[in-house]
Amino acid sequence: MSSDSSPAAGGGIDVTYVARLARLELSPEEAALYQRQLDNVLEHVALLQNLDVSGVAPTAQVVPLTNVLREDEYRPSLDRSQALAGAPSREGAYFAVPQIMEEQA
Amino acid sequence: MIERSATEIAAAVNGRQASAVEVLDAQLAQVERVEPSIGAFLSATADLARRQALLVDEAVAAGRRLPLAGVPLAVKDNMCLSGTVTTAGSRILEHWVAPYTATAVQRLLDAGCVPVGKANLDEFAMGSSCENSALGVTRNPWDLRRVPGGSSGGSVAAVAAREAALATASDTGGSIREPAAFCGVVGMKPTYGRVSRYGLIAFASSLDQIGPIARTVEDAAAMYDVMAGHDPMDATSLPRPVEPTATALRGDLRGVRVGLVREFDTKGLGQEIDALYRRAYEKLAALGAEVVEVALPHAEYGLATYYLIAPAEASSNLARFDGVRYGLRVEGANVQEMYAKTRAAGFGPEVKRRILIGTYALSSGYYDAYYVRAQKARTLMAADFEQAFAQCDLIACPAASSAAFEFGAKGDDPVAMYLMDFYTIPMSLAGVPALSVPCGFVRDGESELPMGLQLVAPLYQEARLFAAAHAYEQATRFTLDRAPASLEGVR
Amino acid sequence: MTTMVEQAYEAVIGIECHVELKTNSKMFCGCRNEFGGEPNRHLCPVCLGLPGALPVPNRVAIEHVVRAGLALDAAIPAHSKFDRKNYFYPDMPKDYQISQFDMPLVSGGVVRFRRADGSEGSCRLTRIHLEEDTGKSSHMGSRDGRIAGSTRSLVDFNRAGVPLMEVVAEPDLRTPEDAVAFLEYLRLTFLYLDISDVKMEEGSLRCDANVSIRKPGEPFGTKAEIKNMNSFRSVYRALQYEIERQRRVLAEGGRIVQETRGWDEVEGVTHSMRSKEQAHDYRYFPDPDLVPLALDAAWVQELRSTVGFTPIAAYDRLQRDYRLSPAQIRQIVDDPDLARFLSATIEGGAAASGEGIAAYAQAVANWLLGDVSRILNERGISIAGQDRLTPAALGELAELSIGGAVTSKTAKELLEHVMSEGGSPKEIVVREGLAQLSDPTAVAAIVDEVLAANAKSVADFKAGKENALKALVGQVMKTSKGKANPQMAERLLRDRLTGS
Repeated sequence: MSSDSSPAAGGGIDVTYVARLARLELSPEEAALYQRQLDNVLEHVALLQNLDVSGVAPTAQVVPLTNVLREDEYRPSLDRSQALAGAPSREGAYFAVPQIMEEQA
Repeated sequence: MIERSATEIAAAVNGRQASAVEVLDAQLAQVERVEPSIGAFLSATADLARRQALLVDEAVAAGRRLPLAGVPLAVKDNMCLSGTVTTAGSRILEHWVAPYTATAVQRLLDAGCVPVGKANLDEFAMGSSCENSALGVTRNPWDLRRVPGGSSGGSVAAVAAREAALATASDTGGSIREPAAFCGVVGMKPTYGRVSRYGLIAFASSLDQIGPIARTVEDAAAMYDVMAGHDPMDATSLPRPVEPTATALRGDLRGVRVGLVREFDTKGLGQEIDALYRRAYEKLAALGAEVVEVALPHAEYGLATYYLIAPAEASSNLARFDGVRYGLRVEGANVQEMYAKTRAAGFGPEVKRRILIGTYALSSGYYDAYYVRAQKARTLMAADFEQAFAQCDLIACPAASSAAFEFGAKGDDPVAMYLMDFYTIPMSLAGVPALSVPCGFVRDGESELPMGLQLVAPLYQEARLFAAAHAYEQATRFTLDRAPASLEGVR
Repeated sequence: MTTMVEQAYEAVIGIECHVELKTNSKMFCGCRNEFGGEPNRHLCPVCLGLPGALPVPNRVAIEHVVRAGLALDAAIPAHSKFDRKNYFYPDMPKDYQISQFDMPLVSGGVVRFRRADGSEGSCRLTRIHLEEDTGKSSHMGSRDGRIAGSTRSLVDFNRAGVPLMEVVAEPDLRTPEDAVAFLEYLRLTFLYLDISDVKMEEGSLRCDANVSIRKPGEPFGTKAEIKNMNSFRSVYRALQYEIERQRRVLAEGGRIVQETRGWDEVEGVTHSMRSKEQAHDYRYFPDPDLVPLALDAAWVQELRSTVGFTPIAAYDRLQRDYRLSPAQIRQIVDDPDLARFLSATIEGGAAASGEGIAAYAQAVANWLLGDVSRILNERGISIAGQDRLTPAALGELAELSIGGAVTSKTAKELLEHVMSEGGSPKEIVVREGLAQLSDPTAVAAIVDEVLAANAKSVADFKAGKENALKALVGQVMKTSKGKANPQMAERLLRDRLTGS
């Protein structure tokens, strides 16, 4: 999926960048605070790098199940009024959102 | 009435010695008396409770027997209950009304439970003290200056304070067991997949499980029996039939091998706590158990593993809270800005921290080193349990490293709080069932604070787990005949 | 002046398609999978992304994708899974899409196609995977309904959660013509399997293309991704334009920028969509709410047995064994129901082979594309939507007409009758005594009778009027109550009249 970059080399979490990925607006103070706190957490997490995991498969499933599927059958939906009930902003039968600036940023 | 166990209440209602409405009235009176100091609930569900109580009475009058007839129930507020405000303890869902009911909760309603209110929790179940709730403060009934534990703080406080006979709770890294220990009640986390997660607001999908909170093991077992079982709405729910546990309880531990985990030695926890657990293990032996030493060699990696996997899954599960379809919205000049402002305003600091670290652990360049590596460590930990259970039938260890601490005691350092999960995380990672049962008290100042013994069973062995816990509980009765200090004088 | 430079480049085209699958319910929940209708009508906690909801996969959707792979000679792995693709967008109910990353349901495969001139081409596939579709946003406030200049967007989540098949092709295509032929055969294959309506105008088939140019033998050039092509014609025009645009850029000494470009149907150009240079970090990880898929041999074999023949296999057979004309082949291949009907008719027909089968097949095809289609059109029904005419019946009709057992006029009447009432043409012929009179002695007798009774026509013919022969043939038909073989009658008349 992505190349294995050792977290030990070249700096840990860039809170500002990750916050953007996660759509969390942070004030500069928050960013600094979280940077500090998360660097600390990652220090503790670094312990994992010492563990020998060669030949170990990642846990795909806690209990072994496969092929849990459902039949292609209709099941009653929510009323439209229920579906739209929580909408912070709606126009008629639609959910309304502010302008979309970029193509899937 | 409010002192009765769920089993007793159900028997009385089914036997027509009391009506569900009477039980509810008594319960609501207690809530009114006690809530101002305890703060277990974020919202009351009085109308729903009354309707449900009437239905139960009708059913009983028509000749039906319901397993939990009339039993007052607190529902942790990360579980959907149709028509009720369901907040997950967060501002981002502060006013959201759930249009459907979680399967586990529905099964309890169908069994006759009467929902008294939605119980407080750490926001999105992230926390070990309930201090991370954005919407309310819950106090430990044994000492109001102390936390009830978390994340299921409201659930355990409600049951301990006799505001409900049963409560639903959820456990991801210890969120049932640790608060149960802090509040002197029984709390159990089933095998992963035993209880449907449909309708449980997700924190970490591969770890979350719903479990019972009760004042007795028998009650917890009865509640588990009702909730457990396959649900077609949850693809991770086990198709295995559920062996009944409430009817398989035992009075002793003859023939049971109990494993004490080398890595969980209690010497480092202080003299009083160390002695308390020694006595607990001796009691198990006195009940007939053969006590052996086992090892969980990778236990020390539990926290690191958990605090990568859980936040990673959470960062994805919480992405849906974006101000588009429900919940809080803070306007922005464009939609991406709206997302960022909404989530900034709606999520508390601990939730943000976990989203950040979880996003990081999944991000390009770090996925293999963090998330994948943690999942490999998890495999090793699950194997540890398998090997340990080759030598014993149950594991006994602490449910928490201390008794309940005071509000603010863990300061600003998230890691200090994370360490509370040390004893409970490995079981979550391996998916094995575990519970906490009261095992004594320690003194801190003028307070006597409960502590919990954690019992762990192999996958699918919930019956064995409850049976042993019941034997221990009946032989010790630490909280069965004793109510929390704060309730004295409030009768 | 630039001709030599232009000719030096070849285009490299890689197509990617999204296909909405035909199922009763959505991919991960039981809401209806239905096109059109009122907005936000088919929603539940799962496809609306409500807190606490969980996905459960639709078995039929998975089987559709596996069958698609089998029909396209792809490999079906023993294990597959679903992964989460994380990104924020208003039409995404969970702000992640359940998709497949590194273990898709189908790997490899090849689409063989026929060009308009009948020549063969092919394009390999990289993979096919299964995912859920997003909702749809309409952009308000801009002149043309596009995002640019809009003030807000309205979202309809009906489509969210519909099962979506993503087909990724290798960049084997070299011309816009081939790209369209590829798409036609891909589309037809899915139509034959009945796994999708594949209508670009309804959005059940959507295509993007990666286009680059290079001098033959050199490595691939920088590619541009072309989006917003809403029909096969658009695809053709857009690719043509883009290839030419890239040639011009290079000829003028410029560089091709890796970017996304939108096709503008009205202006006939591609516009840069000016998206960020940096790629999305989708943070793929296995979806912990779902368990892995094990595609065992028995299941795959069962699905293989339901695949039937593909359009390209049909084309090959129609050309090689049945020797139909290219125009006829295209007409038949284009319509899976017609192709199946033809196939059933021929398979179920008389045990003929070699020359025999070709003649038989041609007769069947002629009937099918001629009178049968005409009658179906007149009645506004499709071949699959009626049960009067069966393949067996059509086969009998073809045999009767090849062998001359009935006149062509009688055959047409038989067809009309059977398409209204059903039944077996052969039985009707026997029952009604409709057999054509082809015994030369008997026909000759009638011919002599007619000649004797029509001296004027005889004289007219001998005087040079060809029409008189037609009149005499008519008389033979009348006397024989329409049963005489008209060709034989005409020949015998002509022989006697010309004294040979």
